Amino acid sequence: MIISVASGKGGTGKTTVATNLAASLGKGVCLLDCDVEEPNAHLFLAPNVTEADEILTFVPRIDEEKCTGCGKCSAICRFRALTVVRGKVLVFPELCHSCGGCVAVCEEDAVLEEWRVLGTLESGQAGDIKFVHGRLRIGEAMSPPLIKAVRKKGFTADGITIIDAPPGTSCPVIAAIRGVDFVLMVTEPTPFGLHDLKLGVEAVRSLGIPYGLVVNRADIGDDRVRNYAARENIPILLEIPFERKIAEAYSTGRMIIDVLPEWKGRFVELYGKLAACAGN
Amino acid sequence: MKEVVIISGKGGTGKTSLTASFATLAENIILCDADVDAAELQLLMAPKVQQKTDFMGGSLASIRRDDCIECGTCLELCKFEAISEEYIIDPIACEGCGVCVDLCPEQAVDFSVQKCGEWFISTTRYGTMVHASLGIAEDNSGKLVSLVRQQARILAGQNNCSLLLTDGPPGIGCPVIAAIGGATLLVIVVEPTVSGLHDMSRVAELAKHFRVPGLVCVNKYDLNSEMAGQVEAAAEKMNLMIGGRIPFDPVFTRAMVVGKNILEYAPASATAESVRTLWHNIVTYSVMDGTGLKNFQEQ
Repeated sequence: MIISVASGKGGTGKTTVATNLAASLGKGVCLLDCDVEEPNAHLFLAPNVTEADEILTFVPRIDEEKCTGCGKCSAICRFRALTVVRGKVLVFPELCHSCGGCVAVCEEDAVLEEWRVLGTLESGQAGDIKFVHGRLRIGEAMSPPLIKAVRKKGFTADGITIIDAPPGTSCPVIAAIRGVDFVLMVTEPTPFGLHDLKLGVEAVRSLGIPYGLVVNRADIGDDRVRNYAARENIPILLEIPFERKIAEAYSTGRMIIDVLPEWKGRFVELYGKLAACAGN
Repeated sequence: MKEVVIISGKGGTGKTSLTASFATLAENIILCDADVDAAELQLLMAPKVQQKTDFMGGSLASIRRDDCIECGTCLELCKFEAISEEYIIDPIACEGCGVCVDLCPEQAVDFSVQKCGEWFISTTRYGTMVHASLGIAEDNSGKLVSLVRQQARILAGQNNCSLLLTDGPPGIGCPVIAAIGGATLLVIVVEPTVSGLHDMSRVAELAKHFRVPGLVCVNKYDLNSEMAGQVEAAAEKMNLMIGGRIPFDPVFTRAMVVGKNILEYAPASATAESVRTLWHNIVTYSVMDGTGLKNFQEQ
């Protein structure tokens, strides 16, 4: 069972839900933090990182002795990562999407393999929980390949995998929710929350994955999120009220279940509900 | 022309609420929403769309089954696992690199430009706003961010606006890189939490990497004063000035519910005053030369 915790809007409580759910279920759970631009789950689970690897992606390097300056590599590159100036090929590695087209078209075998660091993949144990996250290198634009690497590293055929997804609805989010069994959308009952929830729902629907809602800070804002959920037949699986105690615990890196242990049962119950929705 | 870009690293720290408030305080501006993934500034600005343009992003490959001889060349070349054994291209997995298109011996792969979203020029009660919406599950968000910023700059030039006020996206990846390059000043909105501190450090590193000056605003600072102190100490260590401290105030949410910013909804509140102080510190920051500074006595 793979569950992605997602939201269109940032700061709605994805990491709170993902970490509390993982810690409440405990043994046999794997948590994958796929918000590789700003990973935060480790701040709450304090994993003991035992493995760290750099994740690399292909970028071309030109063997100038072999290169004839024919320009075929530059012509196939849709990302303008190669350009020919006065018979010499210039490479802009930051623009490269690693498609390998330049290698394939070069008749002189003058395009060599070089590597660009996308970020770091770190894994270990947080108590009973298996933990994996990625950290995008500062200045790196492409996060989806690193997100895929996190999912690959943490993949297990059995047990429960919880993915903490990045905010938004574009390619990094798709990389974090594609092929999962259930998407738990975390929202807040405000106009911003509703606006982005609708976009998030569209994204999940386009992938045909079952989904349900967690309404965080449930007692602020207005009723429009609940009305929307009722109209669209989207199940609200859990509501978390705004409590200063929760907000303060969060600010210091503690989970809800650390300060309000009665919530552990509610998160276990949340899993039961979502598993029923997912048809497992 | 100067450009102030509001960013945060972490989402939900209050970028858009503050951007909308700055629009009330600033003078002679163009507004730009560079968070094309979750474009929320419109919810506080009620823009009236004057011009709508399709955003043509990348191209997607598709195989014409009648012309395909199933030779396997494309399957072998595709680095994105986008082509199935049945020679059907998955549009979500397709990166738009065109390698299969160019190297298919039968030229059986079409490559049509896709509409990836829309961008708008609108009027608001505080002047012109350039904004966009990216299609669901699309890539190319960085391209669209660059496009709206470029259009906003052109309009600022045409209308003799001295200041571009840009609401940025969360994170540190492709859309953020597109949103900060060449900006005059970044306002980094941070909340006093371990996550906020962690994410601020990464986005401040990014600003340094691209050599864009920044200052920090601690939002909801009284939620945890000790953490707020840690955030400020970390910011100062990175040579980032503390531009302001905004208290935790539910009035932000109440203002949002009725589509207003806090300076319109509760202008006499202490929170509104803290936003005014922040704006004053932004426009009087050395790189700004007072651009966007209203004469407060006249108000």
